[in-house]
Parts: sequence; structure tokens; C-alpha cells
Amino acid sequence: MSAFLSIDNVSRLFGPNLTTGEKIAAKLGAKVETRSVRAVSDVSLTVARGETLGLVGESGCGKSTLGRLIAGILPPTAGTVMIDGAPVMENGAKVTTRVQTVFQDPFASLDPRMKVGDTVSEGPIAHGLTNKVKTKAYVAEWFERVGLDPVWVDRYPHQFSGGQRQRIAIARALAMQPDVLICDEPVASLDVSIQAQIINLFLELTRDLGLTTIFISHDLSVVQHVSDRVAVMYLGRIVELGPVAEVFGKPAHPYTDALFGSVPKLVLDADELVHFDTIEGEVPSPLSPPSGCYYHPRCPLATQACSDQQPLMQPVTERREVACHHFEEQIAKGLDKAV
Amino acid sequence: MSGQSTPLRLFWAEFRENKVAVFALVVVVLMILLALFASVVSPQNPYDLANLSLMDSRRPPGFVGSGGYTHILGTDPQGRDLLSAIFYGLRISIQIGLAAGFVSLTIGTTLGILAAYVGGRIEALIMRLVDLQLSFPAILLALVIVALLGQGKAQLIGALVAAQYAYFARTAYGAAKAERGKDYIEAAVATPLSARLVVLRHLLPNCTPPLIVVATVQIANSISLEATLSFLGLGLPVTEPSLGMLISNGFPYMMSGRYWISVYPGVALIILIVAINIVGDQVRDQFNPRLRR
Repeated sequence: MSAFLSIDNVSRLFGPNLTTGEKIAAKLGAKVETRSVRAVSDVSLTVARGETLGLVGESGCGKSTLGRLIAGILPPTAGTVMIDGAPVMENGAKVTTRVQTVFQDPFASLDPRMKVGDTVSEGPIAHGLTNKVKTKAYVAEWFERVGLDPVWVDRYPHQFSGGQRQRIAIARALAMQPDVLICDEPVASLDVSIQAQIINLFLELTRDLGLTTIFISHDLSVVQHVSDRVAVMYLGRIVELGPVAEVFGKPAHPYTDALFGSVPKLVLDADELVHFDTIEGEVPSPLSPPSGCYYHPRCPLATQACSDQQPLMQPVTERREVACHHFEEQIAKGLDKAV
Repeated sequence: MSGQSTPLRLFWAEFRENKVAVFALVVVVLMILLALFASVVSPQNPYDLANLSLMDSRRPPGFVGSGGYTHILGTDPQGRDLLSAIFYGLRISIQIGLAAGFVSLTIGTTLGILAAYVGGRIEALIMRLVDLQLSFPAILLALVIVALLGQGKAQLIGALVAAQYAYFARTAYGAAKAERGKDYIEAAVATPLSARLVVLRHLLPNCTPPLIVVATVQIANSISLEATLSFLGLGLPVTEPSLGMLISNGFPYMMSGRYWISVYPGVALIILIVAINIVGDQVRDQFNPRLRR
């Protein structure tokens, strides 16, 4: 598998935003929180050209931050993100147009005072992908591609529905002719009836344009539907990575198993009671993560080794990796349940 | 649909519903026109000393002077026709108010948006300076600057700008700081677009509503501040009286029954400031989403 998009040991720390007064207070020995949050911790990933990678996890696990690091919106504290051998950011500034982002909330991601046609065309004009003469045709082409009527280019965002706005946001990202598309929960803020349309549009466009996609979502069914591979994140680390069918079918990490177990099911077996296996306990504070495996305080399989030693990513099968000391046990458990 | 519902048209449609504000706007426009065409509509040129006669000084309204025309609002101690003096005074007041308003708007907005966009040390420096200045009364600062620079239009405008840019900087900073964190700015930065494009095409247009509100109020404030300075004798030269100086000129005669010298310029000043403030209030209400029906 060739690495088109490669993420090497990327970390991102968020220091507290201290005011001058707080800095002085901290120097004088007052109790001011100065610890950093490790939102993304030493993540390495490779994605092949044309592949769709789903990124799942609870809220606060760092999946959006990782998306923003790949998209070049945030500079990583350590590590590099490369597309086809070229870095996405240099000296804290984005230096490529080959990765573009579709944001979660289309009500916030479009400039309310700019005509939607200008929103779509300004990036391509700034980067010479089109010129003033051809702009109209260029924008019309992308409007049609995402299923919008090109006569709407002179309208403002408030004149559109949520689904239409998300289509505009997709057109804006694609008009930059990217190779990599980051979709940060692109359907989470849409009506359920619209979600399917937008997801189908994504599938169609990524296939037609040969896009490499990172699809971030907490909606496991959506991720299952669109992704080739899936990465499960917990407290800033990737705990499991592999092809969707395998990860969803036979979770090798207890967290993945628990995550899937907590999804309410619509169709139950005849003798099944309504019961959700919720994950025990709370997500630990990222300010003071637990020792060893971050999941061990909530893990049913945890042993002494789990609190002593941080498990590294290790291969399960040829295309699967997991960061767990007891993954064999977990897989066996899953098989028991199936029987 | 498109073309009919641009933000500007919608804005005007809503503005039109408030009859008082429309009336105030008409008054403001009328006063600006009177000021612009002061030389045409005035019976006398009050700056031309050859036209003035001391024989005509301090005459009551309705007096027919040596020029052969009626002084509808009377004359001042220099023998100037008050109506003409008010028109010319209006011109100076509006000129200075607008000039000071726009210069402070430009300087204040630039500083405020720079602080909000760049952040860090520059932000701390600019905003602490602004805070420091806002803790002084504007009039005190203006007094000190006029006293230092001397009299004259440019000096006066400079003093008013120094006293008022901080309000614009605060407003622009507040608005830009709020907009800065929104997704559409992040989307523009992530394209990537240059900082210049992000600020000019996205950040600035979205900060304009509160700035327009502050600008209307501050133009009225500049006019009254200028009148105050002139009343205190620190404004413009006596040969080119603004409204404030006309009021000041008549002040010694108030108690001797010659009320018109102070009162009529005062009425003109009040009408102008109240009208601008009513327009400003309506604009503010329309930009405030919490007051929306």
C-alpha cells in the first residue's frame, strides 16, 4: 500500500491561554493551571491515494484536532503531515492547496456577507486555478457538480437551506481541485433526511474525482457506509486501525468493542431485551491522563501491565493494527459472543 | 429573487418603517444641504468683514439692517446676520464632525482589527493603550491637545481624532475578535488565502454593522465636542465661527434680554445632534438581533 498522505508522529498540545495577569500570578506561585492538553498524541497514519479513512471516537478524543492538523489549519506541535512527499505546513503556515476541508456547520462556515458564487470562486482566483474571464463558467461547473442551480451564484448564504449550504461548502472545497478532502462531521448538523443526500454526493464525488478522504464522524453507521478503513481514537491516540468490515465486525480493542456496543439498535432480535452496553466511567481528563494505556481505568480486560506500560500499535492481521496488550483475548471474546 | 433582497434593500425597507427615524434622516440631509449651499441660501456672507456693520450688532429678530434685508433671527455682537452665521457655522460643525469621525473610524478600525487578527503582544499593547485612554474623559484629552497644538481646523480635527479613535478601536476589536473565531474565517485561512484577503474580504465586512452604529454616534459626539471646545474659546478662530462659538459669543448678553444670539445657534446644534442620534439609534436597533421581531 503506497502512502499518498502520510502523518508522521504528529502531536498537538494546547497550552492554556494565560492573560498577562495570570502569567505574573503563576510566576509568583499562585495556583494557575499551566499544564497543556495533549489533544493529539504521537499519531502516525498513512492513507493510500483514493482511499477513504474514517476517524471515529467520543467527543473530545482529538479527532477534529487531527483533522485540522492534516488540513493545515493548525500547525502540529511535533511531527509532519505530507501529501505525496510535500509538507502541508511550513513555519506555521499552510503551503499547499492540495488539501481542503468541509466543515461541520454550514451555517457558520460560509461568510454571511459574501455572495455564494464569490465564496466558491475566491480561492481558485487567488491561486490561479481560474481567471476573471472564466470564473463564471468555472463556478457554474462546480455548482452543477454538487447539485446546485448555477443561477443562485448571486445569492447570500441566508437564502439557502442547511443541505444546500453544505453543498456550497463542498463546492468551495472542491473548486480548489484538492487531492485530499477533510470532512469534519459534514453531516452532523444536518437533518437526517438531508444527511443521506449529502453522503451520497460525497461518495459520488470522491469516486469520480479520485479524492483521498478523511471522514471524521461520531456517527458509526455513516463511517461504516463511506469508509474503506477506519481509525478509532481515544484521548488523542489511535487505538485501532483497519478495514471497516474487520474493525466493525471483530473489534480487537476493548474500547472499539464498547463504542460499538453503546450504539442503540433499531432492529432487535425477537428475544433480545432493550439494553445498551454503556462504557463504564467517564473519559479521564486530558490534563492528567492515566498511566500506561489511557483506557485501562474503564477497560474490562485491564491488568497490571495495562496501567504500567503504554501499549504500542502492533499488527493483528496484515492490514490491521491495534494498541492493546490483550487484543487476542478481546478477539476471542468477540468470537464467543458471536457463537 | 436576487437583486431584490440585497442586505442594503432589506435594511432600507426596515428603516422606512420607523417614521421618526425617517424624519430625522430628512432633517440631517436637509441640514447637510443647507451647510453645503450656505453661500447660496444665506442673505449675507458673515465671513466678509466688508458686509458687516457694527451699527447692526445685537439687533433683535426681524430687524431690517443697513444691508436692506430683514435679519430674521437677529444679529450677533459683530453685526453678523445670525441666520447666515448659523448656516456657515453648520457647515464648519458638520465638516469637522465628519472629518474627525472618518479619520477616527479609519485609525480606530485599523488598530482594532490589527489587534484582534494578529493577537499576542501587539494585541496587548494596542488594547491596553486604548483602555488607558478610555479611562480619561474625551473632553479632557481634547482640551490638552488643542492647548498644545494651538487653534485651527486641522489641530481641532487632530484633537477630536485623538479623543475618539479609541471608541472605534474598542468596537472594531470586539467585533473582529468574535468573528475571528468563526468557521468561515478558518475556512478562508485554510484555503489558504493571504492575511490581507482574509481581513479585507471577510473580517472587515463582517465587522461593519457595529462600526456604522458607533460612527453615527461619534459624528454627533464630534460635533458637540467641537462646540464645547469652541464655547470654551479653544476651537476655531473668531473670524470663522462654528455653532459653538456663536453660542459663546451670545453668552454675555443672555442676562440682558438678548437671548437670540445664543439660543438660535443652540437650537440649530441641538436639532442636528438629536437628529443624528435618532438615525444612529434606529441603525443600532436594526443591527441588534435581540431587538428583532
